[in-house]
Amino acid sequence: MTEPLSFEKSRPNVHAPRLPDAGVAAAEVGDVLPPELLRSQAPALPRLSEPEVMRHYSRLASMNYSISEQFYPLGSCTMKYNPVANEAAASLPGFTTLHPYQDEETVQGALELMWRLEQALCAVVGVDRVTLQPAAGAHGEWTALRMIQAFHRSRGEARTEVLVPDSAHGTNPASAALSGFQVVEVASGPDGRISLADLEAKLSSRVAALMLTNPNTLGLFEREILDIAELVHNTGAKLYYDGANLNALMGVCRPGDMGFDAVHMNLHKTFTTPHGGGGPGAGPVGVKADLVPFLPTPTVERTNGHLKLDFKRPQSIGRVRSFYGNFGMLVRAYTYIVAMGGDGLTQASMDAVLSANYLRKRVEGLLDLPHEGPCMHEFVASARNLAPNGIKALDVAKGLLERDFYAPTIYFPLVVPEAIMVEPTETESKPTLDAFADAIAEIVIEAKEDPEKLHHEPHSLPVGRLDEVATARRINAYLQGQSEDPILRWKPVRD
Amino acid sequence: MAGRLYTKSHEWITVEGKSVTVGITDFAQSQLGDVVFLELPTTGRKLDAGESFGVVESVKAASDLYSPVAGRVTTVNEQLAAKPELINSDPYGEGWILKLELTGDLPKDFMDEATYKKSTESQS
Repeated sequence: MTEPLSFEKSRPNVHAPRLPDAGVAAAEVGDVLPPELLRSQAPALPRLSEPEVMRHYSRLASMNYSISEQFYPLGSCTMKYNPVANEAAASLPGFTTLHPYQDEETVQGALELMWRLEQALCAVVGVDRVTLQPAAGAHGEWTALRMIQAFHRSRGEARTEVLVPDSAHGTNPASAALSGFQVVEVASGPDGRISLADLEAKLSSRVAALMLTNPNTLGLFEREILDIAELVHNTGAKLYYDGANLNALMGVCRPGDMGFDAVHMNLHKTFTTPHGGGGPGAGPVGVKADLVPFLPTPTVERTNGHLKLDFKRPQSIGRVRSFYGNFGMLVRAYTYIVAMGGDGLTQASMDAVLSANYLRKRVEGLLDLPHEGPCMHEFVASARNLAPNGIKALDVAKGLLERDFYAPTIYFPLVVPEAIMVEPTETESKPTLDAFADAIAEIVIEAKEDPEKLHHEPHSLPVGRLDEVATARRINAYLQGQSEDPILRWKPVRD
Repeated sequence: MAGRLYTKSHEWITVEGKSVTVGITDFAQSQLGDVVFLELPTTGRKLDAGESFGVVESVKAASDLYSPVAGRVTTVNEQLAAKPELINSDPYGEGWILKLELTGDLPKDFMDEATYKKSTESQS
């Protein structure tokens, strides 16, 4: 089934419902906007009736794929089920009808929730304070780096480099560069873990921080983390924890106890708030005591059961988000934490690790496993064993789409050729994991017996193989002024 | 070409007097997959050996390009802006990336073709 664009379905002289007269005189646009901002003609918006609009979006929605329907093994993304209880709590009118400019005295409940969530997150990751403001993971990384930068500057040190392992999430070097740091890469050893020798060689008094995720993107625990922390701290640098993989160790061990100074958490991964199009995200950052003065304003303070927002923080890096972050997500994450309890969170991480190891074992012999197991909450396989058949990781991923599964992350981490990165999470049952492993087995047989067939999958979806290469080249050529036409299906009317 | 020299970061160079031509290797382009975009320096820019001078982007990944030598950029392959696919189809010919005028000595740690080939076999 395919669905045309609403612009392609547009018919002249069709109207949506006509609204009754408001009884208030409408201002002329020209009276309220300066002439240079006015269009010379009306925008070419599509014209459809209400039932046509309803059907259009219902059809599109029916083509959607989400964790509410099927397995979503997207490595490094922790696509967990989003519990209905979260939505019930977030829909309470006491939360949905709040206004951000309301007087503090009238929002004590909301502040209490923020304060309690901060306490809970402090306990999970082992830090002293947490800011709830950042709106996503990369935003959290940037917020933490700005605090680390402010910390070094407050001591009269202008540290200019940030170290990042070669297996890191792309957001790590991006956040460091955006904060004005030089990014220096640290090599992985043959076992997939950070090379201590290379780390030592790259550390100097110029280094502001090492950004690390543990377990790392290969799903391997950095066993030498205490030595890493000592090396980093001995040069006066800070150790930053990328919380993307926190789902592996909730209630088992804590980044703060490993020596990390700043920790970001993805509520949309680890704490079951919607991830992807269902967001928005939330990326709180926790810090140890010596970074606390630099936390964004305002913080939530609680004295004798009374809550207030503290804006008077002279060393703060300032606000990083309007108002108080994505508050609805804070409600959902807090609901999840309370519903699970400490023991429940521990069990969730244990089950996530068990799921990944079970699936890893089932995939063994079908795909290459470049690193020794056991793994943590995710594992990285490689499709390079299928290269003699002309099959790439991309073909395996497309074959999974044909078999009604979302594809795992492919071609990441960059240190593994033809990488296929699978993160099942604790959400999935054994029958689901088995069905996924069976699908991989079927694809591997097809790759060997009829690779041409696999090259043309998927057939059963609204679209088959998209020409990503031509799309990217045309858009880039257009952006560089090399071509007039980015070749979009629908062309906007330019005034 | 017999005179082609290779780096660990998968660039190649050829040297004619003070002029050095730089590109990425066939192994590098095969690992990247279809190249869709290149970010290249302007002529006249001075580069240190090992300095990042641009980015090559495929549908799979974006990778930094490193200057194998210290030099001043004299020519950039203008064709690549409209035809990045030349990196894939002819990495040692029409897919050359830039020419530099050497400002220092030629580093000694380049690999010849046989050594480079051997080094990539363990990686593919």
